[in-house]
Amino acid sequence: MATPTTTAAPRRRRFPYRLQVEPRLTVPRWLSPVVSFGALIVALVLGAIILELVGADWAQAYGHIAKAAFGDIGVFSDTLVKATPLILTGLACTVAFQMKLWNIGAEGQYVMGALGAAVVVLAPVLPPETPRFIQIPVMVVFGVVFGALWGAVPGLLKAKLKVNEIITSLMMNYIAIELVNYFVFAVWSEGGFQQSATFPKTSWLPRLTDYAKDLPILRGLTTHFGLILALLAAGLVWLILYRSLWGYEIRLIGDNPRAAEYAGLNITRNTILVMMLSGALAGLAGMSEITGTLHRLQTGLGAGYGFSGVIVAWLAKLNPLVVIPVSVLFGGLILAGREIQPSGVPRLIQGIILFMLIASEVLLRYQVRLVRVAALEAGRA
Amino acid sequence: MSEVPLAVAMRGIVKRFPGVLANDHVDFELRAGEVHALLGENGAGKSTLMSVLSGLYKPEAGAIVVRGRPVNFNSPRDAIAAGLGMIHQHFMLVESQSVTENILLGLDQPRFVMRLAEYDRRIAELGDRFGLSVSPTSKIWQLSVGEQQRVEILKMLYRGVQVLIMDEPTAVLAPQEIDGLFTTLRAMVAEGKSIVFISHKLNEVMAIADRVTVLRQGKVTAAGLPTSQTSIPELAKLMVGRTVLFDLHKKPQPPGAVVLELERVSAINNKGQACLHNFSLQVRAGEIVGIAGVAGNGQSELAEVITGLRRATSGRILLHGADSTQASVRAVIAQGVSHVPEDRTHVGSAPNLSITDNIIMKQYRAAPVAQGWSLNRLAARQRAELLKDEYRILAPTVQTAARTLSGGNLQRVILARELSAKPRLLIAMQPTRGLDVGAIEGVQRLLLAQREAGAAILLVSEELEEIFALSDRIVVIYEGEVAGEVTTHDTDAIGLLMMGGGRSQTQPAPPAQPAA
Repeated sequence: MATPTTTAAPRRRRFPYRLQVEPRLTVPRWLSPVVSFGALIVALVLGAIILELVGADWAQAYGHIAKAAFGDIGVFSDTLVKATPLILTGLACTVAFQMKLWNIGAEGQYVMGALGAAVVVLAPVLPPETPRFIQIPVMVVFGVVFGALWGAVPGLLKAKLKVNEIITSLMMNYIAIELVNYFVFAVWSEGGFQQSATFPKTSWLPRLTDYAKDLPILRGLTTHFGLILALLAAGLVWLILYRSLWGYEIRLIGDNPRAAEYAGLNITRNTILVMMLSGALAGLAGMSEITGTLHRLQTGLGAGYGFSGVIVAWLAKLNPLVVIPVSVLFGGLILAGREIQPSGVPRLIQGIILFMLIASEVLLRYQVRLVRVAALEAGRA
Repeated sequence: MSEVPLAVAMRGIVKRFPGVLANDHVDFELRAGEVHALLGENGAGKSTLMSVLSGLYKPEAGAIVVRGRPVNFNSPRDAIAAGLGMIHQHFMLVESQSVTENILLGLDQPRFVMRLAEYDRRIAELGDRFGLSVSPTSKIWQLSVGEQQRVEILKMLYRGVQVLIMDEPTAVLAPQEIDGLFTTLRAMVAEGKSIVFISHKLNEVMAIADRVTVLRQGKVTAAGLPTSQTSIPELAKLMVGRTVLFDLHKKPQPPGAVVLELERVSAINNKGQACLHNFSLQVRAGEIVGIAGVAGNGQSELAEVITGLRRATSGRILLHGADSTQASVRAVIAQGVSHVPEDRTHVGSAPNLSITDNIIMKQYRAAPVAQGWSLNRLAARQRAELLKDEYRILAPTVQTAARTLSGGNLQRVILARELSAKPRLLIAMQPTRGLDVGAIEGVQRLLLAQREAGAAILLVSEELEEIFALSDRIVVIYEGEVAGEVTTHDTDAIGLLMMGGGRSQTQPAPPAQPAA
């Protein structure tokens, strides 16, 4: 039975302050970094409370994380190694997201990029004695092309048949991973193990430690040439997005596809091209990882870098240059996380940070003010 | 005056937006049982003031008293509970649901079992009482804009509002529908309800309102002026702050060569229904052809077919004598066709991009903005700054996001972009809709200047006065067909054609001639 609704609001003692929320018409330039920084602090405080509740010493935990990620040049170098693929997958997502193409297939494009690079060595396309200065550019091209082609598939389906790219790019991840597994187990397995033979040295990206003969301080530092590639890619993506005609088209389509159509832009072509660029960047990440640190094809290649790219791009607010520091921070958290606990708390802190940063977007869109209820009542008189 | 109870009193309302004082200590008094017009230019603060009254915005200072009781609204829901409802320019209806479902949406009754038939009956009764004929079981998407507005009014009546605020309600209506609306409003007033009628159309204000409050730049310039004691020129002056010329000097000039020719063009709309049927039309250089008609009779699709945004299912479109039926949007633009779209925010501009980025939207591939593969941002900015001055776009800088501009300023950005391209054919869709008197005059002068410069202009407007003032020829469109062509400025005859009547009494449109 429906009960009659009461119209009279129950009288209750009101809290003396009230939040007023209003949409913002303009957003000052300084606000975004300030809000992001504030959100980070809030997240760390929340993390500290949780650490305290589970009986850990939060100060010690945070200190350990900081030391394990940024404490000395050795661990910082390791952080950069983790950051390198994150920068590239972050850029891959940034490019696609700028056009509101929700490519969540960076993981698969990354794996395909790695496979592309491996093909050069394992098929082999080039003999092992090929000098490094030929070997590496060829591997870059293969990695980029494999990634781009993998990205082109959801792009084509979206552009020509309006198939939702979220689903297709996600599904393509699993296909890519199983495809690589096939090659690892069935074609290039070394002695039946879940990995291929180690690549010849000529196909390794140069590492800092390789120059320890001349500069002893570099001994043991594993930061590799992939970082340079990632930084160059960040600059290139920034140039494309903010200084090129193509980037203008990407931003216009992303902001209002109907206006873009009205202005005569070719949305079909751009959808495919942007998905290919996105895939190419993710593919470069896979190539850089396999030739910079792993030096062999193996299972579990992706390690979630592709999915983390989504988070990195979002945290960087789709700014290709901000992707760099965000990736370094994220890389540090991944590294330090493993130091203090294989899973659990560090993941939890990552989650809280992400949550806070995304929640803080509200503050950019709306103005929130705390006003005294009494003042409001007085204003009426 | 004191014996008449005030339905609403707003005192000293201050509402500030970044960089703008939208309402500067505004007082507003609404009596029970009156139609009170709120008049002002775009950005004068009319909508802001009423958004404050309807609980959408909170004022920085000031008090609102409803029927003698001070109120403090936190949301439109609070305002409706106090008997105040606002109907916005953009209707807030769920397209796929029925009229009754839309009206019941968000209410506590019915609770669980819908019993729609019962509510259909109640809503039909309510509609009859106020002369709002609309079938309660129709889905919203099946209704015309005028009928959708009736649903919005019914929604408010059903919620028992005593004060109905309408933001530019006539902007979307045909003359006959406006009469219907006015009848409804009078029926509501007769029952003691009050209406706030936001408008910048002076003749309508004179026709329907009992009193007028005029706002200019956030301040009241006339408070509660009885319409019987004022005149259109006086109101225009109060509104704009200067004397407005109502006469446009249109120079007689012979039309030139045929620029646009449509030969029996048919097309279907997004729902797959026929929207244009054997539509034939010629527009010559230096002439303005006005398309009169009630919104939704194929005008939008007509513009889309010409500009390449929609494919014709049959017939031919010739631009400068060359077939462009299958031409892409870009190819049509390259042919010197400019298009001022009907929907400024969703089609004509990119809201989060800057004024500069919006200005270069169609010319970014041409030098000096394009430099090889790169975008010359300095050149783009200089162009935007030049046009910002020339077209008097009011914005802090050219880097300001388009979404923060008022309707009139956004339209200036679009006009700046479209007219600076020196078009040979201009498709102007509702170019002055929602603009204030001063801005309308400016836009109309720009269109006449284009005509004198030799452009062929296709003007689509629901403002008959505008069509009369600007057009050399007038074609009436009804259900996607040419209902007739008129040369006299006879409102009744055109009105009849617009409503689909009297097609036999007028001459048919001239048959398409083969291209020269």
